[in-house]
Amino acid sequence: MGEIFDKLSLYLQFPFVRYALIVGVLIALCSSLLGVTLVLKRFSFIGDGLSHVAFGAMAIASVLKMTNDMPLVLLITVICAILLLRTGQNTKIKGDAAVAMISVGALAIGYLLLNLFSTSGNLSGDVCTTLFGSTSILTLSQDEVWLCVVLSIIVVAVFILFYNKIFSVTFDESFARATGTNAGVYNLLIAIVIAVIIVLAMNLVGSLLISALVIFPALSAMRIFKSFKSVTLCSAVLSVFCTLAGMIISILSGTPVGSTIVAADIAAFLIFYIIGMFSGGSKK
Amino acid sequence: MAQLICENLALGYDGREILSDLNFSVDAGDYLCIVGENGSGKTTLMKTILGLQSPISGKLSMSDGLSQNEIGYLPQQTLVQRDFPASVWEIVLSGCQNSCGLRPFYNKAEKQLAKENIKKMELEPLVNRCYRELSGGQQQRVLLARALCATHKMLLLDEPVSGLDPKVTAEMYRLIEELNKKDGITVIMISHDLDAALQYANRILHIGKKVFFGTKEEYLKSEISGVFAKGDE
Ligand SMILES: Nc1ncnc2c1ncn2[C@@H]1O[C@H](COP(=O)(O)OP(=O)(O)OP(=O)(O)O)[C@@H](O)[C@H]1O
Ligand SMILES: [Mg+2]
Repeated sequence: MGEIFDKLSLYLQFPFVRYALIVGVLIALCSSLLGVTLVLKRFSFIGDGLSHVAFGAMAIASVLKMTNDMPLVLLITVICAILLLRTGQNTKIKGDAAVAMISVGALAIGYLLLNLFSTSGNLSGDVCTTLFGSTSILTLSQDEVWLCVVLSIIVVAVFILFYNKIFSVTFDESFARATGTNAGVYNLLIAIVIAVIIVLAMNLVGSLLISALVIFPALSAMRIFKSFKSVTLCSAVLSVFCTLAGMIISILSGTPVGSTIVAADIAAFLIFYIIGMFSGGSKK
Repeated sequence: MAQLICENLALGYDGREILSDLNFSVDAGDYLCIVGENGSGKTTLMKTILGLQSPISGKLSMSDGLSQNEIGYLPQQTLVQRDFPASVWEIVLSGCQNSCGLRPFYNKAEKQLAKENIKKMELEPLVNRCYRELSGGQQQRVLLARALCATHKMLLLDEPVSGLDPKVTAEMYRLIEELNKKDGITVIMISHDLDAALQYANRILHIGKKVFFGTKEEYLKSEISGVFAKGDE
């Protein structure tokens, strides 16, 4: 035990490890907040599609040799989020197809661009990093850390300020619209926030694993808690806890950060699932 | 004085008319029952009144201090996903959304209003329960309490008793009648239950191939009621 602590405090002396932990916690907090909305509004497929778009945007940024690629990635992802929401509203099937087209297309084009223009000797390593986020959280520059912190704070603030509106629009959009809530604006807001979260989370777990980070804590919390507020709070706490645990484990044992975090989320889901079965069984 | 006036209203989806040339008006304190066969466009009419879709042609106007977002309504089918985690309290309170405007949180008066409506709908013991674990009748009362938070002027109810047992149905009708008589809320109710419609309502709107609008007494005399009542049984 003492050995582990020694090792950990040694690592914590490095500023980049401390940055990584802070950013990781903030990203985990943001990504869990909208999980419930995403799951219940059937927006999860948009989330998945957007993460692929973010990958494509990242590829473009690296071809352009941009040192700080986050602003460009953010811009492209937000635009795609708005477009997807627009098409998704017309008809269900067309919306699904549009998401599939854009997401798979972005993956293919992204990989193609990297292949054609990349000068890096370790191409598959680079791609793997973008997809699974193996080390990117540890290599954030100070600017990127600040950008992450500011964006996270904005996401949390938006969520708190619009918490009641998001609840109404998620629970019963028709009623919200009939009583004068501009549901379109809030759907747009939700889509933009999701895009921001995805770009943030990409640094932590890579683009393929983002959905897991967003959805698992919400699904776990929904196993046990029954009100929107308690589910939201629980998934936030759970997400932060699992992310911290995952990051520390990965630092200590050298496993890839993203997949370790997701593994921790899955473990938590199983635990909550079992608890939910028992408490549900005893009540009925 | 008329709260709601429809003139030559035509409605439908994607430019395809379902109903046309609809004329009626609703006064404050009325209890209007809308009857008609399945698929005749009752729900569509309600959506149009609520502003969820726009009429194809004609005019729909509100007056007497009523504005469109002050109408409380009870949907025919709630599109709520089956496993949505929400407590009764959260749902009822969300009915106050329209008085919030851009203010992010509910104030004391709104919470008080939600409490009163929970009491009115006899939901106090269920206040912290999860919505999806309630029975159909209890869920209807929760949604009615939410609708009451959104209005003190006009309620639109789309088949509020479908799927309820006779005892709960009678209770639901009693609650609605109380709201109409005691609190003076205008009620517009869609129903297939002609007996109840004739018992509680003072005005009837029959839509379908033939359209009728008038008082209950006129409706009983008209031939359209005979055909519908027979066909209904
Ligand atoms: N979203 C929609 N798009 C296109 N047509 C629709 C839509 N919803 C309903 N319709 C059509 O409009 C007509 C009227 O439907 P509506 O739901 O208003 O009937 P209703 O009178 O409420 O019937 P019920 O008694 O079964 O509730 C039907 O023929 C239906 O097929
Ligand atoms: Mg209907």
